Amino acid sequence: MKRKEMCEIISQKEIASDIYELTLKGKWVQEIEAPGQFVHMKVNSGNDPLLRRPISISSFDRSRLECTMIYRKAGRGTKILAAKEEGMMVDILGPLGNGFPIEEVKQGGTALLVGGGIGVPPLYELSKQLAAKGVKVIHVLGFQTASAVFYEQEFLQNGEVYIATVDGTMGKQGFVTDIIDYHQLMFDVLYACGPSQMLKALEQKFPDKKVYLSLEERMGCGIGACFACVCKETNDLKSTEYKKVCSDGPVFRAGEVVL
Amino acid sequence: MSKLNIELPGLKLKNPVMPASGCFGFGKEYSEFYDLSVLGAIMIKATTLEPRFGNSTPRVAETSAGMLNAIGLQNPGLERVMSEELPRLAQFDVPIIANVAGSVEEDYIEVAREISKSPNVHALELNISCPNVKKGGMAFGTNPEVAKQLTKKVKEVSGVPVYVKLSPNVTDIVEMAKAVEAGGADGLTMINTLVGMRLDLKTGKPILANRTGGLSGPAIKPVAIRMIYEVSQAVKLPIIGMGGIESAADVIEYFYAGASAVAVGTANFVDPFVCPTIIEELPVLLEQLGFEHISECTGRSWKQNGSLAYYRA
Repeated sequence: MKRKEMCEIISQKEIASDIYELTLKGKWVQEIEAPGQFVHMKVNSGNDPLLRRPISISSFDRSRLECTMIYRKAGRGTKILAAKEEGMMVDILGPLGNGFPIEEVKQGGTALLVGGGIGVPPLYELSKQLAAKGVKVIHVLGFQTASAVFYEQEFLQNGEVYIATVDGTMGKQGFVTDIIDYHQLMFDVLYACGPSQMLKALEQKFPDKKVYLSLEERMGCGIGACFACVCKETNDLKSTEYKKVCSDGPVFRAGEVVL
Repeated sequence: MSKLNIELPGLKLKNPVMPASGCFGFGKEYSEFYDLSVLGAIMIKATTLEPRFGNSTPRVAETSAGMLNAIGLQNPGLERVMSEELPRLAQFDVPIIANVAGSVEEDYIEVAREISKSPNVHALELNISCPNVKKGGMAFGTNPEVAKQLTKKVKEVSGVPVYVKLSPNVTDIVEMAKAVEAGGADGLTMINTLVGMRLDLKTGKPILANRTGGLSGPAIKPVAIRMIYEVSQAVKLPIIGMGGIESAADVIEYFYAGASAVAVGTANFVDPFVCPTIIEELPVLLEQLGFEHISECTGRSWKQNGSLAYYRA
């Protein structure tokens, strides 16, 4: 069930260049069903800015009613959010979306988690839950540069971590696909979140494997009423069938929708 | 004693507040948050004859106190609206206003004729003002003679009263209002969105794939208020006012301008509970302002006689 709730900020800190880790507390956390879901957050009362911002859930603790999000400080909304301190409140609408299907890989299987930049955060809760059920987890995380890297230690708790940076200042120089090729990484299921070029590359690279992609799109309502965030179904001759990233997604099986 | 009940052509409303077309889908998503029966009415998403996919994404972009949208009238088409969406809404005690859209006159007529037969459709909202489609929509909404003819043809086939949704993207909205009144409209809804754009700071290019979009939200309220103020003095039709309403005070301002009911659109995205909240707050505000009934507020900005009550149920 989706809830709207004013939530208290438990902590907030900058964990990489313009990347913030925010933990807040609210009863809505009990409604989270899967890793990869998100919230629609109103950062300010009033109209500046007007709309909510969709932000992925990075991890949560149901018993403590706490949820952690990691976001990039980029525009008006995130700038205001980044300035908020412990004890302040934010308006949360959530949990939204479908999340990653963790049932697609069994105990003893191998999951490859591939993240690009600010696509990395939702993979953390996924990583925790997969490791907890006895799945071998391999992480391949791509960033622009060393100062943008975050959560390497956290992911290491759950499995191997490979880092790629575009400028080569940390880990391997290049992209996540270069790492997968170089190390010939094998897997039963691949879960990915990141820029659409990255998702397209993975979709093309592994047409016969179980691959799940988390998409993003500019949103209006966040709950499926306004049709802002649609994508086309791949096998649709009539071109009027669609999926909504906010409510049918954000996670789709690779090949299900047009990226 | 209710302070809020209103009677308009085809619409016996428990209160004058309804979600605006395009901002509420067909009610399914918001029905998860509250009982839709608390609403005065529901203006459902535009229905076209055939299913429409709409425009490429990105379809929305935020602006100061507003947003641009270029959805492109995406909807499942007349058949599915009548077989699935409208029957689902029948479980709620709320009259439906069906927004009818199209690219050519024949399509509008076909949709109007069929959808007005649905038992819970109490009125039609003729969408001649959507700025986000290549054909139809705004084309019908900027030429008074074309708008008048379309209104007349739709009135001939509709089983329920017809409200015409006016576009603000015209030189003379009073002329448009008079034209559709002459065409036989039973009421007006106004305003639709204003045409606008946003350009990306990095690329220099429009953010919306459609390039232009419709501006909605609090930013457009002053434009709507002025237009309703003028139109309500020029025509005898009841007006459902909309454009950036987010509070009970906004509702009263629309009534003062000349509205007899209101629709709330963009504000639903910000607060899913905005409609029931406004409905709860209105009687309190009316009491503070000294009104027995909301209908006393209609046209207060220009009416000479202060205590005339119009459209009181």
